[in-house]
Amino acid sequence: MSTAIEGMEEIIKEFLVESAEGLDLLDRDLVALEQDPSSRELLGEVFRAVHTIKGTSGVLGYPQLEKVAHVGENLLSRMRDGKLVLNPAITSGLLAMVDALRRLLSELEQHGNEGAGDYAAVVRQLEALLAESQAAPEPKPEAARTATAVEAPPAPANIDTVPEPNPAPGAAATASPDLAKDTAVGGSNIRVDVGLLDKMMNLVGELVLARNQILQCSSSQTDAAFFNAAQRLNLITTELQEGVMKTRMQPIGNVWSRFPRLVRDLALQCGKQVTIEMEGSETELDKTIIEAIKDPLTHILRNSLDHGIEKPELRLQAGKPASGRLHLRAYHEGGQVNIEIGDDGAGIDSEGVKQKAVQRGLINAQQAERMSERELTNLVFLPGFSTAEKVTNVSGRGVGMDVVKTNIEKIGGTVDLQSVRGQGTTLKIKIPLTLAIIPALIVSSGGERFAIPQVSLLELVRLDGSQGASGIEHIQGVPVHRLRGRLLPLVFLNLELGLGTGNSVRHGTEGTNNIVVLQTDTHQFGLVVDDINDTEEIVVKPLGKQLKGISCFAGATIMGDGQVALILDVLGIAQMASVVTEVHEQAVTGSAGMDAAARAARQSWLLFRSGENSRLALPLSAVARLEEFSLTKVERSGDDEVVQYRGEIMPLVRMSHLLHENGSGGDPLQVVVFLARGRSIGLVVDRIEDITDEAVEVRNDERRGFLLGSAVIQQKVTDIVDLQQVLAHAAQVAAAEAMTGGN
Amino acid sequence: MAEQQFCTFYLDGLFFGIEVEKVQEVIRHQAMTRVPLAPKLIGGLINLRGQIVTAIDLRLRLGLPERGAGALPMNVVARSEDGAVSLLVDEIADVVEVSEEAFEQPPDTLQGEARALVRGVYKLPGKLLHVLALRQAIAVDSQNHGSTSCLEAST
Repeated sequence: MSTAIEGMEEIIKEFLVESAEGLDLLDRDLVALEQDPSSRELLGEVFRAVHTIKGTSGVLGYPQLEKVAHVGENLLSRMRDGKLVLNPAITSGLLAMVDALRRLLSELEQHGNEGAGDYAAVVRQLEALLAESQAAPEPKPEAARTATAVEAPPAPANIDTVPEPNPAPGAAATASPDLAKDTAVGGSNIRVDVGLLDKMMNLVGELVLARNQILQCSSSQTDAAFFNAAQRLNLITTELQEGVMKTRMQPIGNVWSRFPRLVRDLALQCGKQVTIEMEGSETELDKTIIEAIKDPLTHILRNSLDHGIEKPELRLQAGKPASGRLHLRAYHEGGQVNIEIGDDGAGIDSEGVKQKAVQRGLINAQQAERMSERELTNLVFLPGFSTAEKVTNVSGRGVGMDVVKTNIEKIGGTVDLQSVRGQGTTLKIKIPLTLAIIPALIVSSGGERFAIPQVSLLELVRLDGSQGASGIEHIQGVPVHRLRGRLLPLVFLNLELGLGTGNSVRHGTEGTNNIVVLQTDTHQFGLVVDDINDTEEIVVKPLGKQLKGISCFAGATIMGDGQVALILDVLGIAQMASVVTEVHEQAVTGSAGMDAAARAARQSWLLFRSGENSRLALPLSAVARLEEFSLTKVERSGDDEVVQYRGEIMPLVRMSHLLHENGSGGDPLQVVVFLARGRSIGLVVDRIEDITDEAVEVRNDERRGFLLGSAVIQQKVTDIVDLQQVLAHAAQVAAAEAMTGGN
Repeated sequence: MAEQQFCTFYLDGLFFGIEVEKVQEVIRHQAMTRVPLAPKLIGGLINLRGQIVTAIDLRLRLGLPERGAGALPMNVVARSEDGAVSLLVDEIADVVEVSEEAFEQPPDTLQGEARALVRGVYKLPGKLLHVLALRQAIAVDSQNHGSTSCLEAST
């Protein structure tokens, strides 16, 4: 193999990459240009992109490619000269040219030649447009035709010399800053092979594991030098990991850039008017995730356009502007990326959804009656569901939203649908930033360790002592735990996985139970494990294909001690334990309904102490938060104590003062925060004791001061705080303080 | 070239071999993480220098009696299209070179499951070398809890 040919291959490869980028740009710019046909800047960019492809393909000797680009360029050149104004027909023609170019390029990439495709139709289409334009406004069509054909090939630089005052300065003005920018960018950017980045990511993954191992060693060592080195290694590894992860990040705009074109084509096809707005297209995501969401997003967009947005006449009837609006929004939130796709269309007809779901046997009529509006709209995610009255070319073939949902879930994301009838539909997708390295909670069960991705984790509940026994109840044999008044279905990990003996834990009669509260997209459940170890950054590794069939594992990872641990697939476990199936859910809620009366009487209580002897309780539902404040944070305002809390001044009321007792208060202060009339009020107590869930009978014959009366809670006499009184008192204090503050 | 090299090992007294180019490495017993719900013949997962490799117990795969308690298996790490797979064997033997003339179809000494997983035998002085059909041997489907018969796997 001679070096000359190798060099040529390099050039062709570069040409392919550059042209592909150029075509993506063209798609976007052409649609933008259609909106704003007077923009010289956009026109200049479009022209340059086509011109570059034409020029290079001529040099490299690809006649087909050159020919297609050439006719397009002719047309554009007329527009740039102000002799032709863009209209939908021309846009379609130019977009067809972009498609033809793309086909040719992919032929080149795959087979190394232009292939046997016939592009005469596109060329004819463009030539016809050109002829048409010349026939109408131009007095001498023949002359103009030859003139443009000859004039066009020279580079844009030539334009500066054209003595036409109108177009020339504009084109020149846009050309020169761009050139400057290009060189500046060229100096600080290089193209890197994705394979290399993937390899680097793997290596960093290994490094993270080795770091974890070393950190584990260093904690048992007394050698200070080693400890310091380990700490430094820790910091550097973290930084390196972030850096490498950044190299794989791409703005979501890379996917979105194709949407304006798609929306335009679809809108034409469906006879609708649609504008698309994009917000946050610079939001970055890992490359693998970008690829994974490409198809689902396209599908959602198609759906919105086809089913969501109405025809112009219907929109006008409904008092909406004729042109529908699609809104894409992406933003980071809590280590995740949120993507919203909204339309201002007809919304989802929940009645229609209900009927269809029942008709298709996806749910039964009883279930349908019990479902909330939101649950109903989310039924469109069920496999085999399609609300479209007729199957159109665009969507409605019954393989729709369920595929979108599974694809998003595959990458650890969730989908939520909100729809207001007549006003539109918004789909909200939450996806993780990256898949390669994730924070996870390590638990053990049946003598094995498992990693649970932190994204699915809501909270940890530990039941010990007497609670261990009473915390787990059974409804028709289904174990549940009352979590702040709500029934949480429980899944015993060791039983699900067939580990260990599944001893007494099943009945919750003894010992400690650790409940990991997990969230799948729509359901919460508690996973009961033997032990909760730690949180750790883990590197996700795929399982061999021999194990792919086991749905409750999402992969495996290597722990700090070099051992392998399996990563639990939360959704898989929920499905296996049938927490997620509708039937089961109905069973739980249905039977819960039976003791609804009993449940109504039950309430969650916050138990606390103030002073030496008072054991007090107040309804947990009224509590906004429990906080601790160091005494140094407490400031005085007049006679009253206040703290700065979440950007406001929160008055503190000491429970012991209200009861005329000598409460110690202690440091830090234990504060129960309430929200009353939009502002926070802090009640200082001595000690928070417990939260309990009981049916309480309050005897109010002992009503005194700030107490409602007393009751027996957890077999002990407990005073119930009259919250209304306390808050009213606090409001007075706050008002007084505002007065003194004003004076 | 009618010569072929085999990496050989023992399973329940039987002498087996895999083409040497399909073997990545041979390592001593490794600590394994068991995989709940997987078929029994999945020995577990091992950490091979940062790569997670599934170990298949060849004795169980071939329908041979289980290894006695306390007998630690060795790993023959084989290359496959989907990455490395470890085969748990009793004991590693030498790399042997055999000539094609010594090849014959599987003998009747092997029955049931094992028969479909043995491509043939080489008659060596004093013993027979069973050639493992690697692709079939590692085609284990965990979906139906290991009930995959060899016939299914080999089709």
